[in-house]
Amino acid sequence: MSRLPEREGERIDRSRTLSFSFDGNEVSAYEGDTIGSALFAAGQRTFSRSFKYHRRRGLMCCAGQCPNCLVQVDDAPGVRACTEPVREGMKVVHMNASPSLELDLMSATDVVGGPFTPPGFYYKTFIRPRRLWPLYEKVLRSAAGLGRLRKSQPEREWRTEYRRRHADVLVVGGGAAGLSAAAAAAELGADVVLADEGPEPGGRLLAEGGRERARELTERARLAGVELLENAPALGAFDGLVPVWQGDTLHQVRAARIVYATGAIEQPLLFPGNDLPGVMLSGGALRLVELYAVKPGTRAVVAAVCDRGLDAALALLDAGVEIACVADLRPGGASGPAKLLLRRNVALMRGATVLEARGRGGLQGVVLGRPDAADGEGERAIGCDLLVVSGGSAPATSLLSQSGARTGYDTERGQFALTHVPSGAFAAGEVAGAGELASAELSGAVAGAEAAHALGFGDELSHTRAEEGRRTLARDHGRPAQAAVPPPVTSRRKGKCFACLCEDVTAKDIHLSVKEGYDSIELSKRYTTTTMGPCQGRMCQLPAVRLMAQETGTTLAEVGTTTARPPWHAVPMGVLAGRPFEPAKRSSIHGRHRELGANVLWAGDWRRAYDYGDPRGEALAVHEAAGLIDVSTLGKLIVRGPDAGELLDRLYPNRFSNLKVGRVRYGVIASDAGRITDDGTICRLDDDSFYVTTTSSGAGAIYEWFTWWLADWGLDVHITDVTQGLSAVNLAGPRAREIISTLTPLDCSAEGFTYLDGKRAEVAGVPCLILRIGFVGEVGYEIHCASAHGEHLWDALLDAGAGHGLRPFGLEPQRLLRLQKMHILIGQDTDSESNPFGAAMPWIVKLDKEQDFIGRWALERYAEEPPETSLVGFRMANGHVPTEGAVVMPVDGSPMGQVTSARHSPQLGGVIGMAWVPAALAKDGQRVTISDEGKKLQAEVVTTPFYDPDGEVLRS
Amino acid sequence: MSYVLTCPNCGPREVTDFGFGGELNPRPRSTPSQRELGEYNYFRRNVAGVQREWWVHRSGCGAWFYAERDTRTNEVLLTELPEDAA
Repeated sequence: MSRLPEREGERIDRSRTLSFSFDGNEVSAYEGDTIGSALFAAGQRTFSRSFKYHRRRGLMCCAGQCPNCLVQVDDAPGVRACTEPVREGMKVVHMNASPSLELDLMSATDVVGGPFTPPGFYYKTFIRPRRLWPLYEKVLRSAAGLGRLRKSQPEREWRTEYRRRHADVLVVGGGAAGLSAAAAAAELGADVVLADEGPEPGGRLLAEGGRERARELTERARLAGVELLENAPALGAFDGLVPVWQGDTLHQVRAARIVYATGAIEQPLLFPGNDLPGVMLSGGALRLVELYAVKPGTRAVVAAVCDRGLDAALALLDAGVEIACVADLRPGGASGPAKLLLRRNVALMRGATVLEARGRGGLQGVVLGRPDAADGEGERAIGCDLLVVSGGSAPATSLLSQSGARTGYDTERGQFALTHVPSGAFAAGEVAGAGELASAELSGAVAGAEAAHALGFGDELSHTRAEEGRRTLARDHGRPAQAAVPPPVTSRRKGKCFACLCEDVTAKDIHLSVKEGYDSIELSKRYTTTTMGPCQGRMCQLPAVRLMAQETGTTLAEVGTTTARPPWHAVPMGVLAGRPFEPAKRSSIHGRHRELGANVLWAGDWRRAYDYGDPRGEALAVHEAAGLIDVSTLGKLIVRGPDAGELLDRLYPNRFSNLKVGRVRYGVIASDAGRITDDGTICRLDDDSFYVTTTSSGAGAIYEWFTWWLADWGLDVHITDVTQGLSAVNLAGPRAREIISTLTPLDCSAEGFTYLDGKRAEVAGVPCLILRIGFVGEVGYEIHCASAHGEHLWDALLDAGAGHGLRPFGLEPQRLLRLQKMHILIGQDTDSESNPFGAAMPWIVKLDKEQDFIGRWALERYAEEPPETSLVGFRMANGHVPTEGAVVMPVDGSPMGQVTSARHSPQLGGVIGMAWVPAALAKDGQRVTISDEGKKLQAEVVTTPFYDPDGEVLRS
Repeated sequence: MSYVLTCPNCGPREVTDFGFGGELNPRPRSTPSQRELGEYNYFRRNVAGVQREWWVHRSGCGAWFYAERDTRTNEVLLTELPEDAA
């Protein structure tokens, strides 16, 4: 056990123990432990096997930044053990090792694989012979990838939500700078959100001696009213929108100003064996000690480039870790911590660093020496089980870059630092070069105040203070850097030296990629996949640039960095997908269709009764007795105002201003290109009001089309969309008149209520608008009423029709009935190219209208030039029903058109349909061939409705 | 693409609340030539810069309005109802 005695400020609660399993073995933990800290305390040192070479990897950063501790938790792969809290009973298993983490057969690639697995080895190795690729693919697929996803997941077991949060100021990062910024902005009156990826704000303060200060700053921010989001990493910056992932919620934070206090990433060093379990970043070792009271090793060597590593050495010494030696790359000078180390008799090597790490199954020793010394000179080999490295830091500028910031190479500090921050964004703390605690806090306070000032908050005093602070920061920043810049690789020894831990890319691979011509950082990235793994460049961006500069003989500034792209933090796809959401529209009568046993299918956004089990019988009932169909899905608009007639005259190719009150007229809507976009009926309710119906799928678009032109023209008209507010049913058939007459005081005789009349009357005690129209070809009444009365009206009509043979009918029989009448369905029989002349409706275009209307100019041209294709009916010579889309050709000709609708009609005793054909063939009796899935079928063109061609039945 | 538009009726809202009507494309005032008609129907200027365009508050009040937007930065400089436009 490597658990230390109780420590001040530790995150674990020793009075509460939890237990979970790792690869089937029970592990005990304290409340507050992460999987990583509990496993390490229990003696686990190998946490994963690497991506390509299956090398052992252990805890390195303990902050969710490197890929070394990825495990599978229950059904979720790719979870970082070092930050994932332990839950009672969770099942943790290793990834990417078989049969076990300790004995991984694929680790053979580490021994023999080097020369065979260079960058691009898939394409180099497995290309020949070509015919073996299916076999290669099978093997590669099983070898590639990490973790296992359950193949079938019948239902989402967890829900995720989006939350939109508009704020004055968003602060990303809850370290000393972020907390100060949030508090400063909020204290001036701004509405502030702070997002921090850790379980408690504080950042580096938490493990580096500033726990009390972190608490104070957090308390101050809370008191100022800051909304603190914990365990909430920011994923990216998109045009001012920052998605923040917190558990099951994706906060879409949009703030007027954003303060990025994202800190810096402690960098590893490049030397052979730099990935061995036991090699840890100084921050990682300290987090284990301070947060979880876990001893990271017994005998340690420290390799540092600045005081941060030396401070860590002192802290580890205090925790009871033996420090065998400290290698400080800086050649001279005695900083504070260096003096303290010497006073405690710790061996200190100046100008030296780690040249090599050795060990089987884990770190056993290191070689220290000067990176520039000739082979062997002044080297020291030291046995140890912990190597603490601190290779300087890389400002975490990714999110800033995504929002438009630019960076440049700072030679003195050896890092890519911000050179430009876009307006609306602020950088504070270590990401802005203010890494010391005092300057980080000041930098945060200044940025927070400036963000608030930009929004009009603050007073004279706050402005003065911010300006003073700015000057102090500039002075601090002008001081010389206190760090040495490590060379790209500190040794020419044998052994793999990893530039990219996620994708197992070695220094040699980068060398090779340059040799093969991928000599730009962006190309090398794509070829070697460096920076493309789970760490998103945190550990590998800077080393890759250094190596690239060395290989190409250029400077780091010339090499530059790769483009920063989201996501900055790994996130489950399900969180991005949001809540499973499939909106469906249902008519107010829908429950009745279900009770009647309807087959319900999707029709656009609507759930509609396709049939009630007997589409043929339902259609025949309409011909022989009566049928009732729910047509509530129709779009319904009320167009009202002194200019209502004028508006409709401008929107439709035919005339409506002369429509008499109480009459109905069919209309087709065309675009200015003369193409049919929708159709429907219009009833004039009174002088100033029209009731317009549209197709079911076109309802929303036509409402917007109407209001758009109204906005442009500024006519005195009001348009109200009553689609959802009104229900509608169509009662049709030879006995419809008898049925409706029993329910309404209205005179429904053939003379009293003629075809294309529209009347308002009570039906079954409910106020209704009744339109005598006939989409299905029989005497019909389309009855519209308030949705609340829909079911009542439906029930009353079915009751009244019970003795008359009335049956409900669905969408499918309606399609057959309308086809018999050659009533077109927009979008089914027409497409975006169809115009009214081709669609055999030249009569609907009134070019003699005095005023302009939408589509006029294009339609004038179509009227002059006869259309090349025409929509016609056809009757099949045999009983075959051609597929919709089947090709029409003249007898023995080339393809010239296509079938749009086809049905078998029991009423007509044959197969009928509609099709687009060359205009020359659009005459009755013309023989055409329909080629349907290889079969050549004979058909005959029909240009008048199949059923009741003269409309006598309809008008009766 | 993600930004905020200010509906002249309702105030600032996420862009996903709105429908886009494209750049202003005035309808010819008198009978156009075939070429003019083709250009009106099928051609747009598609500027890289400030563009005057139509928007509709689809998930809100339903109003159509004008916006002036910089297509390079998505900065919206102005929104106004047609009746308020000069």
